[in-house]
Amino acid sequence: MITLGDYLVVSAILFAIGFAGVMLRRNLIVILMSLELMLNAANLSLVAFSRFRVGANGLPDYKAQVFVFFVITVAAAEVAVGLALLVALYRARQTTDVKDISSLKF
Amino acid sequence: MSPFLFWIFAVLTVIFGAAVVLNRNPVASALSLVVSFLGLSALFMSLDAFFVGIIQVLVYAGAVMVLFLFIIMLLDIRAEERRQINWLAAAGGIGVAVILLVQICVVIGRFQPARRTFPPLARSTTDDVRNIGQLLFNNYNLPFQVIGVLVLVATIGVVILSRREPR
Repeated sequence: MITLGDYLVVSAILFAIGFAGVMLRRNLIVILMSLELMLNAANLSLVAFSRFRVGANGLPDYKAQVFVFFVITVAAAEVAVGLALLVALYRARQTTDVKDISSLKF
Repeated sequence: MSPFLFWIFAVLTVIFGAAVVLNRNPVASALSLVVSFLGLSALFMSLDAFFVGIIQVLVYAGAVMVLFLFIIMLLDIRAEERRQINWLAAAGGIGVAVILLVQICVVIGRFQPARRTFPPLARSTTDDVRNIGQLLFNNYNLPFQVIGVLVLVATIGVVILSRREPR
């Protein structure tokens, strides 16, 4: 049978993949996609915990699912603003590579 | 949900998640992300979270990915040319991610409830969406309003950011 741990391990692997993407890739669009992957990995473990904690009325704990709803909304807003920044950056510099944007780099 | 289906969707999600990072072409990355999100949505539904699974498909696989693809096409971003890979930096990045993964897995291994299966659900008289909606509008009404303001601010911000500078 599938245990809670299986879902948590899948979530951990997805988070690590997203994290590796943020660390390794230099294309800003792919970095934003990796961020989405990390947020979704967190959502998966939230939903798994929600299903695991069945209340006295025999229903899953819906608080975690409401939290997932908020996370999805914030992630959608974040992507919209991030891509608008990307478009503004591309207009100014004609690049989406983080290696070419180093004025703030120490 | 049978273990067989769980493993199919889990492997699908993880493989296409890895493809997002490994693909050089951003369009291929975006399409892999769509498949990964669809697999994730199936995992949500296997946890009886139908509402979350549906908004995962609608918001992510629908709206967000169209936005990504639109921006990729608009900016006409090509596949990255092969630059000299800095192997030290790449190994460092992969190393940190692997250390993080091992650390999380050790924590999960020590977490006793993680070895238990999911308890059975009672047959609900109301559906999933109604239950979440009631909780959202009764107990979390203020955060819901705040999130509305956030989306408004994001909309205005995007309009201002993408306006052309007057010359």
